[in-house]
Amino acid sequence: MSLLQVGILFFLGVAILLYVLLAGADFGAGILELFRGRRRRDEQVRLISHAVAPVWEANHVWLILAVVILFVGFPKVYTSLTVYLHIPMLAVLVGIVARGSAFTFRHYDTLSPRFFRLYSAVFAASSLWTSFFLGVVAGASFLGAIDPGATGFAALYVAPWLNAFCLILGLFTSSLFAFLAALYLVGETREPELQAIFRARAAWAATGMVALGALVFASAEAKGLPLARAFFANPLSIGSFILATLIWIPFWGSMRQGRAGWSRTLGAGVVGLVICGWFAVQFPVAIRHVGGSGLTFAEASAPAATLRAMLIALLVGSLLIFPALGYLLKVFKWETFEKG
Amino acid sequence: MPFLMAAAHWLYLRRGDSDYRILTKAWSKGVAIFFAVGAVSGTALSFELGLLWPRFMEHAGPIIGMPFSWEGTAFFLEAIALGIFLYGWDRVRPWIHWGSGLVVGLSGVTSAFFVICANGWMNSPAGFDWNNGNPINIDPWAAMFNEAAFLQGLHMVVAAFEAVGFAVAGVHAILFLRTRYRLHARALKIAFVFGALAALANPVVGDFSAKSVARHQPVKLAAMEGLYETTRGAPLLIGGIPDEVAEKTDYAIELPGFLSFLAYGDFKAEVKGLKEVPRDERPPVLITHFAFQVMVGLGSLLALVGSLGLFFLWKRPEEFESRRMLLTLALCLPFGFIALEAGWIVTEVGRQPWIIYGILRTAEALTPRPGVVYTLIMYALLYGFLSFVVTMLMIRQTLGLHRQLREEGR
Repeated sequence: MSLLQVGILFFLGVAILLYVLLAGADFGAGILELFRGRRRRDEQVRLISHAVAPVWEANHVWLILAVVILFVGFPKVYTSLTVYLHIPMLAVLVGIVARGSAFTFRHYDTLSPRFFRLYSAVFAASSLWTSFFLGVVAGASFLGAIDPGATGFAALYVAPWLNAFCLILGLFTSSLFAFLAALYLVGETREPELQAIFRARAAWAATGMVALGALVFASAEAKGLPLARAFFANPLSIGSFILATLIWIPFWGSMRQGRAGWSRTLGAGVVGLVICGWFAVQFPVAIRHVGGSGLTFAEASAPAATLRAMLIALLVGSLLIFPALGYLLKVFKWETFEKG
Repeated sequence: MPFLMAAAHWLYLRRGDSDYRILTKAWSKGVAIFFAVGAVSGTALSFELGLLWPRFMEHAGPIIGMPFSWEGTAFFLEAIALGIFLYGWDRVRPWIHWGSGLVVGLSGVTSAFFVICANGWMNSPAGFDWNNGNPINIDPWAAMFNEAAFLQGLHMVVAAFEAVGFAVAGVHAILFLRTRYRLHARALKIAFVFGALAALANPVVGDFSAKSVARHQPVKLAAMEGLYETTRGAPLLIGGIPDEVAEKTDYAIELPGFLSFLAYGDFKAEVKGLKEVPRDERPPVLITHFAFQVMVGLGSLLALVGSLGLFFLWKRPEEFESRRMLLTLALCLPFGFIALEAGWIVTEVGRQPWIIYGILRTAEALTPRPGVVYTLIMYALLYGFLSFVVTMLMIRQTLGLHRQLREEGR
């Protein structure tokens, strides 16, 4: 791989990582709302709206950036995804539109409680739906059930993603997002009871994550994909796995002591390492096909002139975006937390 | 819309009149709703490019992707600035807050320019060589700064100000007629000034655009005008119905030599007709010609109303608030948007049968996957539903605003 390709791939990785860590939590907030139990139901919704609203739009843009990098830098990967996985992609899309509109509408259209409930229901349900299908798409690009030589609609467009591995990965993604949301939300309130609720949610989601993570490995083996071997043979993925496990202990310590700054950083670190572990096993293949072959990033990339121009755009863009994003988070996340 | 919001905000910060504060907040809610729906439908669009047009994206992505990366940056800044503006009322210093509102507008306009660079490239492809169906020697900078980009972008941005200015002015004219709240008269004036200035500028910008089309896409110009025969001193046709079978345009008012003049600045210049190219390389003439007439007609009308209103504001302020003027503005409410959409029909339908002018046919760029019609229907339903909900929300926003005004006893 050329340095240019590595550079573009780096930005793709950063965009996906930040989408998971930031927007993933917004998905998770919707999922938590869906399963918000009996206690303090209205306060939970209010807290979630309040916490998410200022950063909602900015968080969403990481996905758009990732899609743009894909279709400019790795057009064949993008075409392959949108052709073979168009059904789960459409599902993602419908979900994004539904939850994006519902969230905004519930914030601004406050005339009647009936509509508030309707928007909230759509937001919560579509958060689960969309995060599930995002996981399915990621799983299908990894699994290697895409068969460009197949004939028939089902074999070409359904089989690559409708299988135990992809579905479990979908659920795993949802629990990952719920975990992030719960641990971020603990730091958004000073009320001990609400904090306790979200701490318990974080524990539930973490349990789900671990159990589903084990099932991901099991279902991969059942499907004939030696995921465990690939994972443990790769120093980067096993490294991130070990590091994530090590962070786990101080993370729960900081959660118990209610040190939100620490628990947010460490919790996000755990999830970030999971994502990095996935990148490490997936690389250098972008989309695996039947029989272990597939499309690598190196093969699928655009000509050097395109990559160079895009890298310039991304570097200049970063100089503008990161300070602005830092300011946004400082005003609405850090200062809020400091002042209470 | 963010510029209207920033203007109202500026007046509030300068004069301290709480009317302008209420107005700024009301408009910022409109901006937030439009932005949110724009963001999700924009995401839908970036997927749609691949879901419906994978062959186009495979070829065009590497060439014309760069403006999309810049657009992504601008969009990002817009999203961040909007977050700061909407939720920063008592958190950030007033003028920084005002600045964040302005950044929303500026980055929105910048986004628009970049996206239109990509569209301009479809009209005026540059920055690559076509080698047996594959692009080689790609130069993304040349592709981005293609010849259509700047003029098309300017035309669109000015049109956006025109459409929004008149639409917002129309809404507040209606509300002022019905409620007589001062706030609506003030809102109306801000919006109208934006719309009117844009309406006066746009015919000039549009003329430059037309000259560029004449040079780069003579077939599109011929379709816009319903001109079949290549003619020296070609007439400008007003109205008329192109007959695509008989290859002539009937029932039009002809202004001799004016098309040549508008296209080339010379009454005697030769203008290429549709017969220059085979039938299967011609766009649907009837639609293009009709849409062009609608755009120019409504644009001229708005320019007229705009100059009249500006004159009133300057010399006869009481006349500006007369019932007649308010009704006129209410009538003009949708015209800017209709003209804008008609303009897009001209440029998109007028480019057919090409998706990349002269290079790739639209039919060849479509996805090979069966059942694409269902995807299309789904998208149409999605956009239809979003339009409906947004309209409903805007109506409810004004109801909410009036409730607030009543409660405050204004």
